Amino acid sequence: MASALSAGAVAFREARTGVLQQSQDSVIRQFRTSVDAVVVDIPPAPSRSHLQKAVHQVLRANQSQGWRVLATYGSLRAYAPHADFDMLSPELRRSVDTTRAAVFQRVNADGRPYLVVGMPVTYNSGEGTESRLSGMVMYLVVPQATEQAYVEAMVSAIEHATLVALGLAVVLALLAASGVLRPVRALRRATRRMAEGHLDVRLVVNGSDELADLSRSFNHMAAALDLSVAELRRLEAQARRFVADVSHELRTPLAAMSAVTDVLDASAPHLNRDAGEALRLISEGTSRLSVLVNDLMEISRFDAGAAELSLDEIDLAEFVQRTLAARGWRGRVETHLPRPGTLRTRVDPRRLDVVMANLLGNALRHGAPPVRLAIGVRQERADMAWAVIEVTDNGPGITEEAMPHIFERFYKASTTRTRSESSGLGLAIAAENVHLHGGRISAANRPGGGAAFTVELPLQTDIAAADHDFTAGAR
Amino acid sequence: MPRVLIVEDDPDVRKAVQLGLRHQGHDVLAAETGEEGLEQLGPFRPDVVVLDLMLPGMSGLDVCRRIRHRDQVPIIMVTAKGDDIDVVVGLEAGADDYVVKPVQARVLDARIRAVLRRQDASVSGAVRPRAESHGQLVIDRAGLVVTYRGEPVALAPSELRLLLTLSASPGQVFSRQQLLEAVWEHSYYGDVRLVDACVKRLRGKLGELGGDPRYIQTVRGFGYRFGSP
Repeated sequence: MASALSAGAVAFREARTGVLQQSQDSVIRQFRTSVDAVVVDIPPAPSRSHLQKAVHQVLRANQSQGWRVLATYGSLRAYAPHADFDMLSPELRRSVDTTRAAVFQRVNADGRPYLVVGMPVTYNSGEGTESRLSGMVMYLVVPQATEQAYVEAMVSAIEHATLVALGLAVVLALLAASGVLRPVRALRRATRRMAEGHLDVRLVVNGSDELADLSRSFNHMAAALDLSVAELRRLEAQARRFVADVSHELRTPLAAMSAVTDVLDASAPHLNRDAGEALRLISEGTSRLSVLVNDLMEISRFDAGAAELSLDEIDLAEFVQRTLAARGWRGRVETHLPRPGTLRTRVDPRRLDVVMANLLGNALRHGAPPVRLAIGVRQERADMAWAVIEVTDNGPGITEEAMPHIFERFYKASTTRTRSESSGLGLAIAAENVHLHGGRISAANRPGGGAAFTVELPLQTDIAAADHDFTAGAR
Repeated sequence: MPRVLIVEDDPDVRKAVQLGLRHQGHDVLAAETGEEGLEQLGPFRPDVVVLDLMLPGMSGLDVCRRIRHRDQVPIIMVTAKGDDIDVVVGLEAGADDYVVKPVQARVLDARIRAVLRRQDASVSGAVRPRAESHGQLVIDRAGLVVTYRGEPVALAPSELRLLLTLSASPGQVFSRQQLLEAVWEHSYYGDVRLVDACVKRLRGKLGELGGDPRYIQTVRGFGYRFGSP
């Protein structure tokens, strides 16, 4: 739009200059012709009447053009039709006196434009010689109202044309903008919504331009994405259901098997060596299978989003002592705990018990003594504090390649562990339980050797927050 | 020899549990369905019922409610699901304890003995002769009869023990863990849900489920206390 305007402006100036130049040139040419025709009859030292006659002749030759003519020779002056020659500037007079060519000037008097031309009369002494100033000068004053009117008409014409063009341009621009911008904006909104996980977004396609093509492609992509994500979700749900179903189906035969392990255990010593050994293996396998199935069930509960937090405010130090005591680990774990009664927080005791039992059990099984348990508080911000529970051991630590997978399901850090009594789900369940509390769990190797597992739980001691009956959904 | 009635639909599990418990020295009768279990309740007169939660036909929950309706025999629920919600629903239906399948006969035996011991303890522990009245609630510790507004309230063993424990020291706050140990003899943190479910049942029977409970009050973040109006 700006370029259109400036182009208009340039064209206008060109046209204006052209109009004025042309009228000026034609006036000067006409004047010179008239003067040339007149001066032939003028003697070298003309009298006032000579001058007057010349003026009249010029005027006669150029009737009805609003000319005013003045002729001077020294102090002699003759003019017609009247004596209004105010716009003859001294500069013009001086320059006419010294040059041999016509001099002109555009003057504005009372808001009206005039062209003033000074034409010195010269003599040619002969071929090849310089012309000589006669001392006689003829002046012409022409009002340029017509030209002005032309220019003004032109300006208004251009103005009108420009306004119309501008209006047209704006309308066209708006149309184009809405035609381009609206679909682009819709596209932007749609991609954003899609990124937020709404895979069902589709664009309205109208027209057959590139934007419509783009919208159509977007819809195709969205549909394809929707389809494959739905397929993935279906497969995932199927896999989860499969795990839940399998572990559930395993339960019934296991229930029958584990109910009789004691009978087997009791009978084993009375049998011969091979049969006794066989019974013992079955009994052990049954208990290991029970642990695995229970862990699988727990994991599939997390997957189904059925795991619930049942919060209770407890004393952490007292709580871990109970966990240790319940499993007979009291003498085997070094504890560095805050004094009882100083660190209380809202947790789900059953779930935290699972976490602690897993970490301590792992350290006792796979690490080397001393196994240490330390609880502290880390103040993150003024309004945010974490209870930090750290379990360390002096064992070989965790290998580098195992580190990133340590909390994954069925990941067993060393192949020698595959025959241990753990299911390979313990740490995954521990991590799920910690996350359910809004906490963090991490594993690292200690500089001096041995593994360190750290659990951080947000400290919540707001008693008024909720009753115990309150349970929060897992997801 | 404690008499145990097992209600379990799966024949292998039924036989195995029967075998395992016999091995532990129990007199065991097994019923295949809930209906059969209910029928055997009268003639067999079990000391404890081990009830599978998932049964064909009448569900374990229904069986539990029916038994509770006419009998105060302790019920141990065996649940294959073990989801928190299943456990809570089972406990609220009136079970005194629950175990998650698969369970070793030894563990089941320990639970059965604990339930029976607690029942004996409520009887023998009730040496105080007089009935106490707390507003419209009258607790006769000798006769183990609880009346509310003059009507006797049928309480399951764990409900009765919970009420006796709480009302023994009105105003004192008991943590869930304390109550768990006093009423169920569990020594670990696992099952505070037992306490909550039992409190809910007890409140229901004392007609104070909606609104502000007068007798069994919740102390947020700590536990419960008995209020004597």
